[in-house]
Amino acid sequence: MSNQSNQWPHGDVLITGNQTFETVTTSVSRVVEQKPGKGWWMLFLPSLALALMSFSLVGQLFYEGLGLWGIMVPVVWGLAIVNFVFWVGIGHAGTLISAILFLLRQRWRTSINRFAEAMTIFAVICALMFPTIHVGRVWALYWTMPIPNQMNMWPNFRSPLMWDFFAVGTYFTVSLMFWYVGLIPDLATLRDRAKDKVRKIIFGILSMGWRGGNKQWKHYELAYLILAAVSTPLVLSVHSIVSTDFATSLIPGWHTTIFPPYFVAGAIFSGFAMVMTLSLIARKVWHLEDIITMRHLERMNIIMLVTGMMVGYAYSTEFFIAWYSGNEYERFAFINRAFGQYAWAYWIMVSCNVLVPQTFWFKKMRTSLVWMFIASILINVGMWFERFVIVITLASDFLPSSWGYYSATWHDWALLIGSFGLFFTLFLLFLRFLPMIAMSEVKAILPQADPHAHHEGGH
Amino acid sequence: MSKFREVTQIMMAEYASTGALMHAAEALRDAGYKDYDCHSPFPIHGMDQAMGLKRSPLGYIVFTVAVCGLIGIMTLMWWTSTTAYPLVISGKPYFSFQAFVPPAFAITILSAALTAVIGMLILNRLPQLFHPLFYSERFSRVTDGGFYVSVESTDPKFDAARTRQLLESLGGSHIEILKDA
Repeated sequence: MSNQSNQWPHGDVLITGNQTFETVTTSVSRVVEQKPGKGWWMLFLPSLALALMSFSLVGQLFYEGLGLWGIMVPVVWGLAIVNFVFWVGIGHAGTLISAILFLLRQRWRTSINRFAEAMTIFAVICALMFPTIHVGRVWALYWTMPIPNQMNMWPNFRSPLMWDFFAVGTYFTVSLMFWYVGLIPDLATLRDRAKDKVRKIIFGILSMGWRGGNKQWKHYELAYLILAAVSTPLVLSVHSIVSTDFATSLIPGWHTTIFPPYFVAGAIFSGFAMVMTLSLIARKVWHLEDIITMRHLERMNIIMLVTGMMVGYAYSTEFFIAWYSGNEYERFAFINRAFGQYAWAYWIMVSCNVLVPQTFWFKKMRTSLVWMFIASILINVGMWFERFVIVITLASDFLPSSWGYYSATWHDWALLIGSFGLFFTLFLLFLRFLPMIAMSEVKAILPQADPHAHHEGGH
Repeated sequence: MSKFREVTQIMMAEYASTGALMHAAEALRDAGYKDYDCHSPFPIHGMDQAMGLKRSPLGYIVFTVAVCGLIGIMTLMWWTSTTAYPLVISGKPYFSFQAFVPPAFAITILSAALTAVIGMLILNRLPQLFHPLFYSERFSRVTDGGFYVSVESTDPKFDAARTRQLLESLGGSHIEILKDA
């Protein structure tokens, strides 16, 4: 393999360190083939503890009821829905990277798409937990499904909450399939490298007997393309539909047509920040600097800059329309957001989402590992507060007689922290057992993979 | 499954690079072989033409099922909201199709995605946990950095001596014959 020309087309070096197919396999597979180090356990055990805590909190909630939460009239949604919207949003970058960048032939996506997809699945699991427990009567949850029942009742398909059920349910299923289909060739790699029988059998079953024949790749590639093509409108629709939960209501500050694009941009923004946080950790811990290069990180930062400005633009448009509409309730809702009792949350949101990404105009900041790590966390703090501001400022609605101050209880906060525990538990298990980088895709973009490049070189 | 039973022998040869594999694919295609495959760790651009393969029919299957899914969910929503359980919701007509767009869209996408995955597996005859190729020690490199051609004895052009000679002349090494025990 050494005499092959390692010329990258257009000088766009995506993978550094003169990698061959074999070095890609080893550097990715060794992570899951060796016993996890101390670092992994130090992250995993606290995450697991938090995940178990969230399960017991959910159990307590089922036993005692929703009184454990700070929800009240008019803030009936509370932190549960803030967390739901936050987690669904996180997922969006995963699908964006795997589907939209795939369709746009952005080859740099291959180093980060696998764990971005994993992130999507785990984030959607965390997201689905919140509306499920928020309904209060969990045993009646099946009423959202159109199944014949003894009450002769059918769901109301005109309700945005029904739309949500269909959209998020579909999103989860499609993301899971997309991820699994992408994993099949890499699971076969693990099968073929397995030394002991148990691993061989497990990965043999999971990889379904993949042989990498072109007659298989032919259908495989088309299936992958179709999944990417259907996921693209899906990902744009999911957060749009989530936003209709708000936008189809007649609440000032919610009843706006800007919500779907504004939510989608925010979702991509926060999702990329989460991908950034996770990839910086994974890159450092498993020394994957040659595969997740500065080029990848810089491009993600640019996407955050762009989507951050879209979000900032949406904030200002909301204010403009509130003033321009001449509707006094709408005006009050926005003045109340910025200067009312939750002004602290509003300004955390603005500084994290609008000001922090502006630093990415500078190459120095965009390529500083320390700063991009801090910024990625700040952006997610800001995006959580964005949903907080939208949901919670409802505390001052139409009638001053019903105004109040919503404050979350310890149970609310503990569930939020617990959901992070659940997310990181699942994510760390994924890093431990499955290849975190799509090996077959990274190999396909190496210069040696081009049959014509070498054909001329070899003869 | 029946096809799998018929396979009694597979001749496998290793090639050094994607270019050599593609060259071998073209030569086998031109020699009139049909039951052969080119194995690689990643999909190789242009290999379908090199092997003379037709486009995968998966797209048509997915489209058909997605349309059925759309019609199915629309029918369900129409029937439940006009006949089975009619409700007046904010003065909208019973069949207020605009409000049915989001679930209809989601179900269309879901049926397309499910069909793409299940259809791909069926067309690829997967899961097929065992295959004679797995007898080969060297073949395990196919998911790492190895390139292989496999020719099945069911092919009318298959002839142990001549096929071996052809594969060798194309730069194939480590030629093995694998039998379905």
